[in-house]
Amino acid sequence: MNTSASSKAVSMHRQAARPSDQVDEDADGLADGEPAQFLTFSLNGEMFAVAISHIKEIIEFGQPTEVPMMPAFIRGVINLRGAVVPVIDLNARFGREASAVSRRSCIVIVEVPAEDGAQDIGIMVDAVSEVLEIPASEIEPAPSFGSRIRSAFLQGMGKVDGRFVMILSIGQVLSVDELAQLGEAANASA
Amino acid sequence: MNILDQAAGTFFAEVREMLAQMEDCLLRLEADPDDRDTLDALFRSAHTIKGSAGLFGFDQVVSFTHEVETVLDQVREGTVDLSAPMVALLLRCADMIGVLIGRLESPSSYAGEDTGREAEALALVGELKAARGDAGTPAPAPNAPVGTSTPDAGDAPTDPVCGAWHVSVRFGRDMFRNGMDPLAFIRYLGTLGDIEHVETVDDAIPEKPDFDAESCYLGFEIRLATAASRSAIEEAFSFVRDDCELRLVPPGSRIDAYLALIDQLPEAYERLGAILVACGAVTPGELERALALQAQGATQAKPVEPIGSLLVRETGVPRRVVDAAIGKQGKARETRAEESRLLRISSDKLDGLINLVGELVIAGAGANLLAQRAKDRPLTEATQTVLRLVEDIRNSALQLRMVQINETFTRFRRVVHDVSQSLGKHIELSISGAETELDKSVVERIGDPLMHLVRNALDHGIEMPEDRVAAGKPATAKVSLNAFHDSGSIVIEVTDDGRGLDRDRILRKAIERGLVEAGTPLTDAEVMNLVFEAGFSTAEQVTDLSGRGVGMDVVRRNIEALRGTVSLASRLGEGTRVTIRLPLTLAIIDGFLVDVAGGSYVLPLDLVRECVDLRPDCAEQIGDAAVGCIDLHGEVLPVVHLAAWFGRPRTESRRRSVVVVQFGEQRAGLVVDRLLGEFQTVIKPLGKLFAQLKGIGGSTILGSGEVALILDVPSLVASAARGAAAQYAAGR
Repeated sequence: MNTSASSKAVSMHRQAARPSDQVDEDADGLADGEPAQFLTFSLNGEMFAVAISHIKEIIEFGQPTEVPMMPAFIRGVINLRGAVVPVIDLNARFGREASAVSRRSCIVIVEVPAEDGAQDIGIMVDAVSEVLEIPASEIEPAPSFGSRIRSAFLQGMGKVDGRFVMILSIGQVLSVDELAQLGEAANASA
Repeated sequence: MNILDQAAGTFFAEVREMLAQMEDCLLRLEADPDDRDTLDALFRSAHTIKGSAGLFGFDQVVSFTHEVETVLDQVREGTVDLSAPMVALLLRCADMIGVLIGRLESPSSYAGEDTGREAEALALVGELKAARGDAGTPAPAPNAPVGTSTPDAGDAPTDPVCGAWHVSVRFGRDMFRNGMDPLAFIRYLGTLGDIEHVETVDDAIPEKPDFDAESCYLGFEIRLATAASRSAIEEAFSFVRDDCELRLVPPGSRIDAYLALIDQLPEAYERLGAILVACGAVTPGELERALALQAQGATQAKPVEPIGSLLVRETGVPRRVVDAAIGKQGKARETRAEESRLLRISSDKLDGLINLVGELVIAGAGANLLAQRAKDRPLTEATQTVLRLVEDIRNSALQLRMVQINETFTRFRRVVHDVSQSLGKHIELSISGAETELDKSVVERIGDPLMHLVRNALDHGIEMPEDRVAAGKPATAKVSLNAFHDSGSIVIEVTDDGRGLDRDRILRKAIERGLVEAGTPLTDAEVMNLVFEAGFSTAEQVTDLSGRGVGMDVVRRNIEALRGTVSLASRLGEGTRVTIRLPLTLAIIDGFLVDVAGGSYVLPLDLVRECVDLRPDCAEQIGDAAVGCIDLHGEVLPVVHLAAWFGRPRTESRRRSVVVVQFGEQRAGLVVDRLLGEFQTVIKPLGKLFAQLKGIGGSTILGSGEVALILDVPSLVASAARGAAAQYAAGR
């Protein structure tokens, strides 16, 4: 229903990629020398990337239902074909101002491993760019400081056309446990 | 065999049911050893386990259960007493059968402890044998009055093949289609005694064009040396009793009996004669003589007689026995009919169905909304009809998930039995309302909290018999489990007549722990329910507070996770009652939709008492505060201003409304911006991310596709009350 053209593009890329690499087996795509695929998107003027194996689909931004008494980075919940999925505002998660909604805003649905099975979480991004192949040799470990977001959130820095893109570690950024704890703290203070 | 493999899953489930039934029967028999019906039910359970296990070739289970069955048979005959140690032994045997079955079901989880189990099983068999008074010799029990009471037995010694039954069976055509395997029956017969000879009768197999590979054309003539009774042999075929022709000739029968058998069978005389000779049932000479006699007699046409009287005449089974057997078969058929009306369905399939119905409810509401918007009268009516039907489907679908709480309750008989023995307390468990139905998913998750409460009552609530007598109470304590429906929820009570809780000690402890301020005026009920507070109980308080309250916060959390509530009432020296209140189902509720600052929220409809307008003077009084109170029909009603409580931007509102909710004794008002009406609400969990969110119980999807949040009214009101209390404490 909501699936936009960009989501189709992503799934086509994934299928094309299947025979050659093992994106699914190797969740972060860094362990072997094979080039891994990443979805890049912009957030507050910066480029970020997420390993494509985490991504389920990309949908247009639709106003989520706000959930009261939750921290600002939880924008609310949306109806994804009958399932209720929380939406995280990445800007707010990185401790910045909440994202402004624009015409190009998207929600990227990612699958986050949790104790009791995987959970789908939507992340709100300013704009989705493209699916890139970044060879492992072009990925540098994240600097211990100096990057603009918490280094624990970064899986590495990828070099693309002479520019660095920040490759997010989804397991850290969207750690269900940590998010729930932050929610609990917000709730207790409310 | 593949079909059998698939059926094995059903078998395991059935055995588990049978074991539960055995346990239940044993415990009931302990209280009333003369209860004949229960004893019969117990015997039947053991027998069914043995029979089904034989069908699957699980020899170890068969031989072990056989020993149990033998003892039970003797109990039935009155040669063995069903004393308390005997019940305990049989209970352990039931456990062992469970272990054996568990090992067959998932061999990996029991790997490595084989030898120990084997020894344990052998030890139990030894105990069983000792109990029935024949140490060592596996001599079959004299449990076959039918077989030995044939009048022909006197002539028997002249017959060289005495002691062997002749079993003649022709299986029905649909045998294979019904998932049965002839081999399994023969194998099972082998457990009853020695199969001396098997002759396969394949005469019924048609020529090629008519041959259907899925049909069973086979029959068998079996020579079985066994001490088992006629009914035992017949019961071996109980799974196909209606679908096969079974004839038995008891040991020591004369040639006439075999002739009668030949008469009844469809195959040719000569062929059958040859088979019987091959089996060793008759000698060729005898057969010849008999056939000659038969040929003479054949000229006098015999009237067709019912098989029952034939049996009496031909094989000399006493009339009484036949009548009893026929009666028994009729009864067995009844229970089978009962069973065949039940279906076993994997709960996943059911969940899938419920989910689909949920989606249907949402889609139906969506269509109805569109029709109303289009102002198309016939279309609106049509969608409303659909909605009504969908609601019926919803109710029936939910009904499918409803199970009786019986099974959960019955488990506690064993717990009470074991604990009272090990603690030396006399405790009687009374169960009422066991037929109360509730959602399967609730039943599954209520077991642990209930167990905790019952254990608490047994371990700490109930005093030792001498203390009870000293306190002027009967030595036998009473613990009762009770369930009933009450206004859209199910109530489960765990009551004991033990020592009860000491209000003052609880209060002292709570103050020590910093849970309440000293000097806070609290009602008795409030004090008692402090035991559910997290941090109330710690290990060192176990003895101090008689252990009551250990892990009670866990109980409360489990029950709240089911959207239920728990409360406790107790009187020192008289006992304690814990009341659990649970929703009937977790999947769908009747909701009431309201608008708060532009967002849609759903309240459970059965909590809503009435809706009133918020009078301007009251509105002014509340102002921007999150909580306040209004005058409702002359009474003071505390209200929560939802928009303010949720921290939503204040909207310059038109008329606001107050939804009056009531749960248990608590009444409160919720100030909302607009009332949107009733709404069929399919509950979607919000996930772990929102697990700690107080006041929001879940979410649902509106007809428009938008997500609405479901208010968890009890927790919302409770946290509002706590919030207010904190404000007062802070001196505001």
